[in-house]
Amino acid sequence: MIERLVHWSRVKSPWVLHLNTGACNACDIEILAALMPRFDLERFGILLKGTPRHADVIICTGPITRQNRDRVVRIYEQVPDPKFVVAVGACAMSGCVYRGSYNANLGVDQVLPVNAYIPGCPIRPDALIDGVVKLLNSLK
Amino acid sequence: MEFKVQLGPQHPALHEPISIRMTLDGEVIRDADLRLGYNHRGVEKLAESRSFIQNLYLTERICGICSFSHQTCYTQGVEKLMELVPARRGLYIRTLVCELERVHSHLLWLGVAGQEAGFESFFMYTWRDREVVMDILDWISGNRVHYSMNTFGGVRRDIDEMQRKKILDTLDLLKQRTDYYLNLAASEPTFVGRLAGVGKLSRQQAIDLCAVGPTLRASGVPMDVRKDDPYAVYDEIPFEVSTADSCDVLGRAVVRVKELIQSYRIIEFLLKNLPEGPFKVKAPRKVKPNEVYSRYEAPRGENVHYIKSNGSDKPERLKVRAPTLANYPATIAMLKNGFIADIPLIFAAIDPCICCAERLVQLDDGRGRGRVLRFSELRAMANERAKKIDYTKREIAWPF
Ligand code: SF4
Repeated sequence: MIERLVHWSRVKSPWVLHLNTGACNACDIEILAALMPRFDLERFGILLKGTPRHADVIICTGPITRQNRDRVVRIYEQVPDPKFVVAVGACAMSGCVYRGSYNANLGVDQVLPVNAYIPGCPIRPDALIDGVVKLLNSLK
Repeated sequence: MEFKVQLGPQHPALHEPISIRMTLDGEVIRDADLRLGYNHRGVEKLAESRSFIQNLYLTERICGICSFSHQTCYTQGVEKLMELVPARRGLYIRTLVCELERVHSHLLWLGVAGQEAGFESFFMYTWRDREVVMDILDWISGNRVHYSMNTFGGVRRDIDEMQRKKILDTLDLLKQRTDYYLNLAASEPTFVGRLAGVGKLSRQQAIDLCAVGPTLRASGVPMDVRKDDPYAVYDEIPFEVSTADSCDVLGRAVVRVKELIQSYRIIEFLLKNLPEGPFKVKAPRKVKPNEVYSRYEAPRGENVHYIKSNGSDKPERLKVRAPTLANYPATIAMLKNGFIADIPLIFAAIDPCICCAERLVQLDDGRGRGRVLRFSELRAMANERAKKIDYTKREIAWPF
């Protein structure tokens, strides 16, 4: 019973943590734009949270830089189970233009298990909404 | 009693990873130190392995908010190296996108400043109107953030008569809204009270610490690359350099609002005087060995690219000095003797773009003059350090 309640609330109102893992800032701004009046991601019950301990979903932008790597893993471990990772943008998926750099990985999935990928460089807010809704549907 | 606090690299007040180490005395910051590198992607090194054309799209991805600044700065530099005179219509369209970018960046900043000051609805308002500018950029270029408009010799897309009319119409809406913000911000005593007197940077300090952009202009120094060293078609456009004398966060907000109004004027002028003719000319593929220094007034301040070519189709060296990097020494001076609660506001007031500023600089004296390390030197330094490693610690497990 309690479990079903928890599951229901998780699907109806996931809290997300936005994590910049070496992005060029464009995807970050588009995520913020998705939360603003025009697109209004909050109508799906999605709330942006500042701390990993409150979050269900981590939205990663960026290919994970070398210096960020340890910190990203630490933040991932702080998120309570079950947790989901969304890789947002081409560089979080595969490195994009930063492929071949001495300091960037080839995407988030090299370091963390990823549940959903949202393509685009940068993503459009509509694509983000689409991706998040698909992730939520897959949880049902 | 003094104690040390670390803020970041992941912190809700900072949208990007950066770490600030502070020495506190109660609520007052006595000393601050910035740690960078969480976002360093090695763009400068990557540029050396790609052709000039490919680098157009790489330099664009140095930063997502002022993507066009970096791309234009780079394009202008390479055009100088190629001794290429771009098409006039192309230059007009380029300047138009520059100014549209400045509008969207300043609207974004106003919202962030509102949020940091606790004025949440202001944040929502300005971001709603920012979408109007994003729409215009979307019409012109086909993308909301990375426009990819530049190419050597002009721009990649023309604008037609219908787009021109539509932009002029939407501009009126933006003007109305900006006037409304100006009145709202000026007549809202709590907002003004929160921003006034925070993050003081005197005129002399601003000059000594090499601050740039609105941070410098808010300290009463009328310096703007668009006026001092005009690029593109800025020497033909009538506009004023906006300044303020209050030397605090309020001044920086005022400078940005004034710049918004100037930008609308520039856009109007550009659209009304758009010359006929081709929008790009053909560019050579190879570039003669030479070096160039390119300056650009980004929304955050002066952006500098240094490009060295060696006769092939790839640059030998690309060096980027983003405006935020130049503003860091001034930020430390602003943070000192301020309160902890003012950190987000002070930090937001320089409009930091951390991913731009992830450049490698070694400071070799206390006055903020930097020395750039070459990768070979860095490797030599790393080897030197590796020799001194204490091998008794070898059995420590690799964390992954
Ligand atoms: S996917 Fe593209 S726009 Fe998004 S952070 Fe990466 S480089 Fe920037």
